[in-house]
Amino acid sequence: MAFLDLADVRKNYGSQTVVHKFDLDVARGEFVSFLGPSGCGKTTTLRMVAGFEVPSGGAIRIDGRDITRLRPNQRNVGMVFQSYALFPNMTVADNVAFGLKIARKPASEIAARVEEMLKMIKLPQLGGRFPYQLSGGQQQRVALARAIAIKPQVLLLDEPLSALDAKIRVSLREEIRALQRSLGITTIYVTHDQEEALSMSDRIVVMNEGRVEQIGTPFEVYNNPKTRFVASFVGTLNIMKGKVADPAAGRIAIDGQEVFASKPVTHAQAGEACAVALRPEAATLHRSELQEAAKIASSFARESGPRNRMQGTIEEVSFLGSVVRIRVRFQDNAISLDTFNNPNATPPARGAQVTVTFGREDLLVLEGAES
Amino acid sequence: MKQTRLGSWIAIIIGTIYFVVPLIGTFEFSMRMRRGEYSFDAYRVVFADPKFQATFGYSTLMALLTILMGVLIVVPTSYWIQLRLQKLRPLVEFITLMPLVIPAIVIVFGYLRLYNSSSILPMTASARSTDLLLVFSYVTLALPYMYRAVDTGMRAIDVRVLTEAAENLGASWPTILLKVILPNVRVAILSGAFLTFATVIGEFTMASLLNRPAFGPYLQLIGANRAYEPSALAVITFLVTWACMGLINVVGRGKQIKATP
Repeated sequence: MAFLDLADVRKNYGSQTVVHKFDLDVARGEFVSFLGPSGCGKTTTLRMVAGFEVPSGGAIRIDGRDITRLRPNQRNVGMVFQSYALFPNMTVADNVAFGLKIARKPASEIAARVEEMLKMIKLPQLGGRFPYQLSGGQQQRVALARAIAIKPQVLLLDEPLSALDAKIRVSLREEIRALQRSLGITTIYVTHDQEEALSMSDRIVVMNEGRVEQIGTPFEVYNNPKTRFVASFVGTLNIMKGKVADPAAGRIAIDGQEVFASKPVTHAQAGEACAVALRPEAATLHRSELQEAAKIASSFARESGPRNRMQGTIEEVSFLGSVVRIRVRFQDNAISLDTFNNPNATPPARGAQVTVTFGREDLLVLEGAES
Repeated sequence: MKQTRLGSWIAIIIGTIYFVVPLIGTFEFSMRMRRGEYSFDAYRVVFADPKFQATFGYSTLMALLTILMGVLIVVPTSYWIQLRLQKLRPLVEFITLMPLVIPAIVIVFGYLRLYNSSSILPMTASARSTDLLLVFSYVTLALPYMYRAVDTGMRAIDVRVLTEAAENLGASWPTILLKVILPNVRVAILSGAFLTFATVIGEFTMASLLNRPAFGPYLQLIGANRAYEPSALAVITFLVTWACMGLINVVGRGKQIKATP
């Protein structure tokens, strides 16, 4: 049985529906991320779990208890806000103790718990400081400690790292995940950063325009996106337009060149337009058709099995540090592919004729793709 | 650049002379009660006058009650507007500006017409109920200052997120207001309170027309009948007002709570 259960949850503002029929079962101790662009309904859904928004329909249950109509202060749900939301008039220790004081815990218990929490967030010596005396990363740690101190059944994090700089973001997300694992606390994490969602989550709920597009593990969502939106939103993806040549064989024509998918095309007839997707790291670049052995860019691609080959022209070369992103144009379609930066190999020049190869299993034929 | 600075200095000097010279003149005149030498005799007379003590005490009490009532009305109003009723903000701002637009004499005549001894709510029938009416009228008079001060304080903190954070940790509405919101707008409330005090302490129109023994009418009475004492009273009133302004600065600077970003 699910620990946190969202059944047919909906939210309307007047005639506008911002969350459509949201169903999700979260197991005890699971870390689930809501991933999507701004305005997709992920924060609204989180706020419905927290009690700050009342659902227009459906039910929310925690451990079998219906909390749909309960006030936020009756839910025992901890929340970490994007803007930290620390109480400016209170010290770090008082902030962490706030929920425990409200719950009228004995003073000795509060002191012990505050000390434990401050140690947990590695700020044991900063209990006497005020929030404005802390860095952004420290403030967010305190906010986390404050949310966890009350021993909530579910922990909600609303884009907690988005106000921090890149380096702190990475280290703090690792800390949050490690803490969540060690405490075994059921967690919902809202983010628009796919890297955060992919690296932290047990499962990801990809949302768009108030609807759930896909629910799956990071591996499933990244490698087997169910919709074009998921494919384009999660990771970088090349989308090419083509025509189905032989659905049964998975044969597709793109800019006059034929490629094969690993599975038959089931949702389109021969001659119909279709869209295919290819991850940048799945393709390998060669100098020309005749010199396939002369690989000029070793990618992260799998090299086993039958491979598709397409001829194209180098349109752009972007040096990104450890990775070089190369854009190859066929005719109407173009793709970007990522290769490791090799100090001993010069990147190809713009305008050079090249061959791109990629595995059949790397070619994703997208459902419902517009021509 | 140099010309601009010179212009600024000239403007400052002219402004200072315009404001300070009359004050110095008033102060100097208040010291000339004893013939041929400077003394504080006028101040001694004023402070020894039982009517001064009574009227100043009365006005101070009225000011404190006005502040208390103003805080009770303005803080929750501003809080709810910030939290849930943003659409009502222009309307409330308009209402709070009304006392600046409508002369006090018009308001007090309105009160006398509405609350006279033969009306349904005869608030002028007894001294105590008239005192209450005076406090209400002072609350109205000080509303623009109190509301603006508190509203500015509310805008400086993220009321909504702080409320949600406290609620999420189990706090009820009264706890949120008392332990989270009020401490964070304390400086703003104090600013409003001092402005209210400065407004009320020398107010004449309301107190005079409601026939209450306040400091404003006493000032007028002394001014009409004595020579040096009115100047001493004017200086005292200025000092009280300045002390209030100074306290706003001291409180605002000393214990300023910085909001987290």
